[in-house]
Amino acid sequence: MHRFANPARFLRIARVLTPLLTLIGLGLAAAGLWIGLFASPPDYQQGDSVRIMYVHVPAAWLASGGYLGMAIASAVALVWRHPLAAIAARAIAPVGALFTAICLVSGSLWGKPTWGTYWVWDARLTSMLVLLFLYLGYLALASAEDERHGGDPAQGKGAAILALVGVVNLPIIKFSVEWWNTLHQGPSITLTKSTIDPAMLLPLMLSLAGFTLVFGGVVLMRMRAALARTRTAARGRRLAEAYA
Amino acid sequence: MTRRAGLGRLRPKHQRLVLLGAALVALGGASALALTTLGDRATYFYAPSDVLAHAPEAGRAIRLGGLVERGSVIKAGVLTRFRVTDNAHEVAVNYTGIVPDLFREGQGVITEGRFGANGVFVADTVLAKHDEKYMPPEVAGSLHKVGRVG
Repeated sequence: MHRFANPARFLRIARVLTPLLTLIGLGLAAAGLWIGLFASPPDYQQGDSVRIMYVHVPAAWLASGGYLGMAIASAVALVWRHPLAAIAARAIAPVGALFTAICLVSGSLWGKPTWGTYWVWDARLTSMLVLLFLYLGYLALASAEDERHGGDPAQGKGAAILALVGVVNLPIIKFSVEWWNTLHQGPSITLTKSTIDPAMLLPLMLSLAGFTLVFGGVVLMRMRAALARTRTAARGRRLAEAYA
Repeated sequence: MTRRAGLGRLRPKHQRLVLLGAALVALGGASALALTTLGDRATYFYAPSDVLAHAPEAGRAIRLGGLVERGSVIKAGVLTRFRVTDNAHEVAVNYTGIVPDLFREGQGVITEGRFGANGVFVADTVLAKHDEKYMPPEVAGSLHKVGRVG
């Protein structure tokens, strides 16, 4: 881990990885969405509204996956005090929050034609909304702390602790549809089987892989920008001292 | 010289790791306790068996969910009568209004309403619940023929 925690080495790797992940991701997502929206069959019950799945499911996956990544980065920042870890957590947060919002909005638009309602307070929908609030709380707390510590994300602990406490919500989201009766249906894809027809599973997997790579690319972009800002600020301070 | 006891002997990095681990275990335990206590109260609807085992007092609004029993749907104008089943028990439901497109016999449904004096559930809202299976109509059609889909 120490090898990648070196910012210079990280920047060298990230410079190559950022366009690679973003471009391959955009290509896969475009292919997945094209097949999903135009070249895949409608559902036997839902008809064409099933196509919302090709956006909704990747968004839901990245909302929870992104949160887990943010929490792991926060744990590394708290215990090992790697400056890159705090930067990574802050880079993930708004992207994860955006995908959570996409998940909630696309799910709501999907709910109306299938369930007959935009929203209900069942365990799955409610826990997903709580995830959005956790992201927003993290963003607010991190920005307040960073301002207090002169823009150094490695100083504050509160946002990292909030991210870790919020991890409790992830198994609740995952198992909400199994622990309680919910309007949202149970999982279609588990480690061993899928109840989605192969003709629909292919575009879903392409879209899932594509959006995940784009997520990674955007997070790397944000990390590089954050490091560049830190360098510029440090250079500014040195110049100010030299000419003082 | 006295030896420092407990966590104090560890390097700061390891102290923080132990602290974080303990905090996460405590957090996990507290959440597990809270969820166990919460239990069924976070449920969005009751199945017919739940309702028959613990009858709600008359006039209290509840949600009742299950499958629309095959052959039970009778439509008369805007009035829809059907039975909700969990394959163990069933409850008769009356609903006045427009049912969602996915309201079908053999498919999931969640109704919101009250039990009337005659034991019939009078629903104010009917939501369709779909299952986790997604397939093209042709596939569903051929599965229908071999009897794999209900």
